[in-house]
Amino acid sequence: MPISEFKPKIVAFCCNWCSYAGADLAGTNRLNYPADVKIIRVPCSCRVNPIFILRAFQRGADGVILCGCHPGDCHYTTGNYYTRRRMTLLFSMLDYLGIEKERTRVEWVSAAEGAKFAAVMQDFVKTVTELGENKRLEDRRCKKP
Amino acid sequence: MVRISLDSVNALFAAIAEREALYIPTDTAPGIAQFKKWQSGMEMTERLKTSRSAKDFFFPQTENLVDFKVSGKKIDIIDPREETEDFVIFGVRACDAKSFEILDRVFLSEPVDTYYQNRRAHGTIVTLACSRPSESCFCQTFGIDPAAPGGDVSAWKREGFLYLEPITEKGRTLLSGLSALLEECPEDAVEAEKESIRGILKKLPLASLTPDAFGGGKTEKYFDSEKWKSLSEACLGCGTCTFVCPTCQCYDIRDFDTGHGVRRFRCWDSCMYSDFTKMASGNPRLTQKERFRQRFMHKLVYYPENNDGIFGCVGCGRCVEKCPISMNIVKVMKTLGEDET
Amino acid sequence: MQEAMKKRAKELLASGEVTRVIGWKKNEFDYDITPAVFESAEEIDRDFRYDDFCGPNLSKFTFKNQKNDTKTLVFLKPCDTYSMTQLITEHRVNRDALYLIGIPCFGKIDIEKIRADGTDGILSIASEGADVTVKTLYGDKTYVKADVMAERCLACKSKYHTIYDELMGEEGEVMETGRFNEVEKLEAMTPDERFGFWRGELSRCIRCNACRNACPACTCESCVFDNPDTGISQKAAADSFEENMFHIIRAFHVAGRCTDCGECSRVCPQHIPLHLLNRKFIRDIDKLYGEYQAGEEVGQRSPLVNFTTDDAEPDIVRKGGK
Repeated sequence: MPISEFKPKIVAFCCNWCSYAGADLAGTNRLNYPADVKIIRVPCSCRVNPIFILRAFQRGADGVILCGCHPGDCHYTTGNYYTRRRMTLLFSMLDYLGIEKERTRVEWVSAAEGAKFAAVMQDFVKTVTELGENKRLEDRRCKKP
Repeated sequence: MVRISLDSVNALFAAIAEREALYIPTDTAPGIAQFKKWQSGMEMTERLKTSRSAKDFFFPQTENLVDFKVSGKKIDIIDPREETEDFVIFGVRACDAKSFEILDRVFLSEPVDTYYQNRRAHGTIVTLACSRPSESCFCQTFGIDPAAPGGDVSAWKREGFLYLEPITEKGRTLLSGLSALLEECPEDAVEAEKESIRGILKKLPLASLTPDAFGGGKTEKYFDSEKWKSLSEACLGCGTCTFVCPTCQCYDIRDFDTGHGVRRFRCWDSCMYSDFTKMASGNPRLTQKERFRQRFMHKLVYYPENNDGIFGCVGCGRCVEKCPISMNIVKVMKTLGEDET
Repeated sequence: MQEAMKKRAKELLASGEVTRVIGWKKNEFDYDITPAVFESAEEIDRDFRYDDFCGPNLSKFTFKNQKNDTKTLVFLKPCDTYSMTQLITEHRVNRDALYLIGIPCFGKIDIEKIRADGTDGILSIASEGADVTVKTLYGDKTYVKADVMAERCLACKSKYHTIYDELMGEEGEVMETGRFNEVEKLEAMTPDERFGFWRGELSRCIRCNACRNACPACTCESCVFDNPDTGISQKAAADSFEENMFHIIRAFHVAGRCTDCGECSRVCPQHIPLHLLNRKFIRDIDKLYGEYQAGEEVGQRSPLVNFTTDDAEPDIVRKGGK
């Protein structure tokens, strides 16, 4: 499929308190970001189990991004510090298995950063579009015939 | 009987592969041999056994049974089966060849398992005699003769030649198509090889193992034996023994939600797993002791009871080699059978 | 050493200090070793064994066969003591019901390496000093022990015992044997090469779960992969994705708790180098969050349930800064 036709599927896990509100703000401010981004709201970025990330890929995502409050600003005080360690290690492991490291990302987006949310998503979608379809972590059964 | 020089065996493989898919055991990692589809340049392994058995050809680890395609309120049922292509498996050992007969009794008795039947009908089995049996082998315990390995065609390696003898009609058809490469030789050309193999068999450490203490009708004798507890205490509850076993035939049927439909597939199951035969009411075998007992009772008592005294083990010795804690059917037979003698 | 261990075990049984002994026993062949519980001097005299084939880590076996109402003697090799310490830290075994004896280890022999050399029909095998003598149906062979030692023992991390009530033999030291060399080799490859390498290895997986069930860090009551309610339970890898999923998640679940005992690779019937996944996590943790060895002392806090406010950002992976 030529790059121009390829529309990546992006899953964005957003924490309820900062990033989801940031996405909302992007919307109310009429800031554009690609419709390919599907947001899943989670209570805290720390709720995201590595299994969620892998399952998103299994179910057809081409890129997975996790957004949470800035370190220090977590609604539950320390949740995102754990997220930071877990995701660093997980992403490093995926890279170790030869899976493109550009397909996964963590960004800290506060409730006030609607513009940052839109910019991050635009940038991420662009990166994943250039990478093309997720082949290395796909489940062929989930591909639509 | 016909023969071909071992130097030309690649030409033989090429000739077979031209007509149908050919699988041979080849080294895939240090110490690991597996059946792989033959391609030019592929060498046959020197190892006695593949680490997985040959049952995969007829009863693969996972197999799709049916697809359900959901569109709106409509559900289409799709049979994903394709007609299996004809294939030849080369270099099957006597134990694995015998295991197909054990699987046949399960899958080809009514109601016939058509998935298995389809594969079975398309496969031709070329067996290879075991010139160098391993210490873990005990096929002779179950009356199997690795000097006359059976299958559709039997083969022997001796002094630079590969000798081939057709056993069934399928085997004759296979060899008749290859006659240009093969030369006729006397029927007794492999007698010396057979003698040699049978001589080694007598010296194997497990040569004296007998199944006489087991068979149908022994359920009550062994079911409540005190010995199961100590035999099973180290069992990890992994599925290694069942998955390398050529005769283990239990499977589970599961549905996978593909997002645009449902794929119903079956996969090997293991009686060693804690969720084996789990039902709404829970698991009928509560501890590892019961699960462990199930595996051995099935092979040594239940199966022969339902199948004219034939045992559900072929003595290939894979479980003996692969069990992480070295607990196996040999140990079970010796420990439980002690009381008999 | 074996005789001294037998003697001590019998003494402790006789004095009533302990009522059960956890050790190793021989099976069919010289190299076949099964963990076992011994409850009498006769059983110990008949079956007890300790030699260069006693590879199984007794910590997991102790976890599975523990009894609270009575004291159990457990013999632990240096690497087993790390696992035991970790289990005690995680409150998975009752320390009060255990009497631990540290024993020395001189490296274990990997029978699969001898088999991979084409040696078959093994009738007897003996390890004496630097020599391993194998008698087979097809002639005798002698190996240099270092050539047939298990991979995990060639890269042994420690001869030191992290926990014991009593020590037999000399105490050893923590060692530097280049156990991360293989990980570094892989890191130096291109992503395509790494992908090829791991596909080749993981595609051999038969999902027998031996790695998980033998692992002293895998002590969940019910594994996510066995629980149908998780949506990811699987009995066999129906797609290559599931092979990746299982091994990534399993390694992740023990990250920060894995002591690198190497049981996963030892038990794998398909010879998949699973320890390279665990070592990658250990390596990353060491580099990013400071040197950490799980099972070093009771009460340690695993790096994955800990943090500092100035930890590296996940971006570090993408930007290649690690």
